[in-house]
Amino acid sequence: MGPMQVPAHFEYERATSVDHALALLAKWGSEARVVAGGHSLIPMMKLRLARPEALVDINDLEELAYVRLDGDVLAVGAMTRHADLLASPLVGEHYPIFHDAERVIADPVVRNRGTVGGSLCQADPSEDLSAAFAAVDAAAVVRGPDGVRRVPVREFHTGPYETVVAPGELLVEVVVPVRPGGGSAYEKVERRVGDWAVAAAGAAVWLAGDTIADAGIGLTAVGAAHFHAPAAEEFLRGSAATDSVLVEAGRIAAERCEPVADQRGPADYKKHLAGELTVRALRRAVARARGVA
Amino acid sequence: MTTVEQPPIGFGRMHRKEDARFVRGRGTYVDDVNLPGMLHGAVLRSPFAHARIVSIDTAAAQAHPRVKAVITGQTLDGLKLAWMPTLSQDTQAVLATDKVRFQGQEVAFVVAEDRYAARDALELIDVEYEPLPAVVDARRALDPGAPVIRDDKDGQTDNHIFDWGAGDEAATDAVFASAEVVVAQDVLYPRVHPAPLETCGAVADFDAVTGKLTMWCNTQAPHAHRTVYALVAGLPEHKIRVISPDVGGGFGNKVPIYPGYVCAVVGSIVTGKPVKWMEDRSENLMSTGFARDFHMRGEVAATRDGKIRALRVKVIADHGAFNGTAQPTKFPAGFFHVFTGSYDMEAAHCAVTGVYTNKAPGGVAYACSFRITEAAYLVERMVDVLAYELEMDPAELRMKNLLRPEQFPYPSPTGWEYDSGDYPRALQLALDMAGYAELRAEQAARPPGGPLMGIGISFFTEAVGAGPRKHMDILGLGMADGAELRVHPTGKAVLRISVQSQGQGHETTYAQIVAEELGIPPDDVEVVHGDTDQTPFGLGTYGSRSTPVSGAATAVVARKVRERARQVASAMLEVDPGDLEWEKGRWYVRGDQSQGRTIQEIALASHSSLELPEGVEGHLDATTVYNPPNLTFPFGAYVCVVDVDPGTGQVKVRRFVAVDDCGVRINPMIVEGQVHGGLADGIGMALMELIAFDEDGNCLGASFMDYLLPTAMECPSWELGETVTPSPHHPIGAKGVGESATVGSPAAVVNAVLDALKPYGVRHADMPLTPAHVWRAIQGRPIRTDLAIT
Repeated sequence: MGPMQVPAHFEYERATSVDHALALLAKWGSEARVVAGGHSLIPMMKLRLARPEALVDINDLEELAYVRLDGDVLAVGAMTRHADLLASPLVGEHYPIFHDAERVIADPVVRNRGTVGGSLCQADPSEDLSAAFAAVDAAAVVRGPDGVRRVPVREFHTGPYETVVAPGELLVEVVVPVRPGGGSAYEKVERRVGDWAVAAAGAAVWLAGDTIADAGIGLTAVGAAHFHAPAAEEFLRGSAATDSVLVEAGRIAAERCEPVADQRGPADYKKHLAGELTVRALRRAVARARGVA
Repeated sequence: MTTVEQPPIGFGRMHRKEDARFVRGRGTYVDDVNLPGMLHGAVLRSPFAHARIVSIDTAAAQAHPRVKAVITGQTLDGLKLAWMPTLSQDTQAVLATDKVRFQGQEVAFVVAEDRYAARDALELIDVEYEPLPAVVDARRALDPGAPVIRDDKDGQTDNHIFDWGAGDEAATDAVFASAEVVVAQDVLYPRVHPAPLETCGAVADFDAVTGKLTMWCNTQAPHAHRTVYALVAGLPEHKIRVISPDVGGGFGNKVPIYPGYVCAVVGSIVTGKPVKWMEDRSENLMSTGFARDFHMRGEVAATRDGKIRALRVKVIADHGAFNGTAQPTKFPAGFFHVFTGSYDMEAAHCAVTGVYTNKAPGGVAYACSFRITEAAYLVERMVDVLAYELEMDPAELRMKNLLRPEQFPYPSPTGWEYDSGDYPRALQLALDMAGYAELRAEQAARPPGGPLMGIGISFFTEAVGAGPRKHMDILGLGMADGAELRVHPTGKAVLRISVQSQGQGHETTYAQIVAEELGIPPDDVEVVHGDTDQTPFGLGTYGSRSTPVSGAATAVVARKVRERARQVASAMLEVDPGDLEWEKGRWYVRGDQSQGRTIQEIALASHSSLELPEGVEGHLDATTVYNPPNLTFPFGAYVCVVDVDPGTGQVKVRRFVAVDDCGVRINPMIVEGQVHGGLADGIGMALMELIAFDEDGNCLGASFMDYLLPTAMECPSWELGETVTPSPHHPIGAKGVGESATVGSPAAVVNAVLDALKPYGVRHADMPLTPAHVWRAIQGRPIRTDLAIT
């Protein structure tokens, strides 16, 4: 029953290991696309907005599906499904920002299939995990024919739907250092459950007493370069964790956004949300750092 | 909400008979129809809202190895099929010949061996367009110098379609001239789409040997479609069979005949093979029957203490590029003139102007009861605007103005006769269920600047069940519906009806009506519908007309069977028919209840060698045509409670209390299910659903990423109540209910949001109240929601 939008012709290969995936990517060249959960790419192909010549399916790469603590680094495999990130107690303990974000990413059906790596590589400006990883200053681990390289998530995206991952390369892992005294949170406004963000903000703070020792702010869908608000972070570092300071950080974050009007909202509203949601995320992050939320 | 395990012999809760196949995935929808040798069609659509077609080159598409035919407007022109009549006596291009007039308009049709090849071949068709300026803003469609969209029509020099009015203009103006208080408000009911889960589609199978066309099509009106095909295509009507199989939602979207259906027929004739055409989601949203798009200005005249005296409304109705709305001929604005709603007033008048724009055609759909949705929303918004200005409680203001029970049957100022109602009782019940006083106290206790709460009320009156035929027809076909009831020798029955279910549960409720009338189990009644070769003529299911019309026909035909049974029973019992009494399922001799015959015994006897009295034909079968004497007027009182975050503009519906009075309920479970769906629709329209257009006429709601439907997460646990005021003229006292909640609920949600925004001095804001729009309303800079956000 119902409507079937049909993609153009494409070749399909199923990778059995990371090495095999890299070999397939080398074989098909720049016209190949990696398909993970497929919840962004496949709809785009059905609408014929994307027309890869070949798909390299990496869904069998169980080796990339994990969430673990490697010493003081939280490591998330690129094939970790959204649902698994949401279900991970380890993530909840160290970075509740990801549970906040995952709760408002799409719906359970999409979260069961969609992946962390796929979200980052899709690089949709409205995608939530990019801002969350930017807020906590994570690094992306990319493998290619010449070996492994690490790229800070804050430098990972080069524009809408564009990343530093080159043809022939594969994002394999995202790593986040775990530091004491931290709290994090994510706040999002959507028109309806499962819709893309009208705007969203993620915040991470590390407190030394009542002083903000370090802070990270990520912004979604508001035209913030690299999903990131460095000026507001800079303002927070060394400031007292008072509400007026958080409000000022929100103002600074919003001021530097350049949102674009669309049917989700006009630019002034999105700019307002950038500030409002930054403040709200900071408040929760501070409360969590203090152990009171 | 329990369902008894033993189905009732008649009315009452029982599981839907059709669900056994639906929950097993064994329904048969149009896309499940696969015929030997079947080909697949795909439509090439215009990327422009308004453009002249310079040339169409199909050579490359025709050369595709799996393509069997490419059809253009030129092909159809040769068959005199390039244009077809609409249900509003306008014309619509099947495939564009001269110009394209909306984005998504049909330009060419490819028939290929499979869906993929058909879709691939669309990209091989080269169309050269010369873009023209588009008419997007309905309010400026009649501006001097506006591009003329319908230059195909002789004498058409502007974008005007019709002017239509109802009520007494002079009397209304006189009341306004003497009124203590007059308030006016511009109110937009934006363009929305019914978005049934199953999109429109057809399988056309023309048999060149027999000359018979079999058309599987998920239409809500199979008989009307058959007649229109006969009139338009010149095919003899008895050689056309329309089969509407299981239908995955209609909501008015599946009433019209769409170009794709005609193309499928032509494709089948041309190729000699069956041709399937199924829309994809974007095609459905972009090109098929939308709903509303009413730009209204309401004015209410009242006394200072809140007695409404008159209502005056002016409307610009955006019908898109072709006037294709489906509604009774006499009423180009549908039943909008029921806009005085549930209130007593001295006078009322409306003036509606229909205009062409470069948008998809339509207007009457989405459970609107022929524009009553717009009417109910307008009046319920105006009552709240009046309450705002008079600083009165909106519940109190409504109570003061509601029609009183003793006023029924009530002749309305715009020409309706409301059949029955007890409005104050329904409103009081809703207020009591909601705990209205406590809610107001909670609201009053809210500190300023913080989270907001709002309480919204709406009271609606519907007018459903079109005809009677003397007032109502579509393309000259009177709105009366047939029913046939056949009783087999063993007492099992087959009911054949003209209306077509799209999810309403007809196979259950109609069986229950027969069960109620004949006293046999509903499971003993097979309901046949949706096949024009197997069912009597009728106009179909929309405007909540099935129960008021075909439900009545079913009761009437069952009573005819019962009377025939009385004759047979009298022969069996050797008594005068006048000496027999009926009890459910059985005729017995008056004064001696032990002397009787069950309907099953009588059925067998009616087919047996029993000698029947002079004039009694034998068998119990009967037919009828039901021409309703009037519409039925269901009503209801809704209370919605919302929480609003003023910092983000987000709205959360906390509670929704719905008291519905649809007269006698045949299956309360099905009624509640329909109310649930309609309430969700109301939340959708009030808060998120929208088809807007940018300045070039690009459709901004062409996928489910852009056109947002509500989910369970946006819906509270519904709190339902009921009162029962039977319709005095309907055989079983029932009124239609399929659209009640869709009609009544949007106003309750919007009124609740605006009630919450009152501290910010916001009196009105248009739907949909998305977070952005709510926030902008608080800022005093509302968004024009029908246009692109810039």
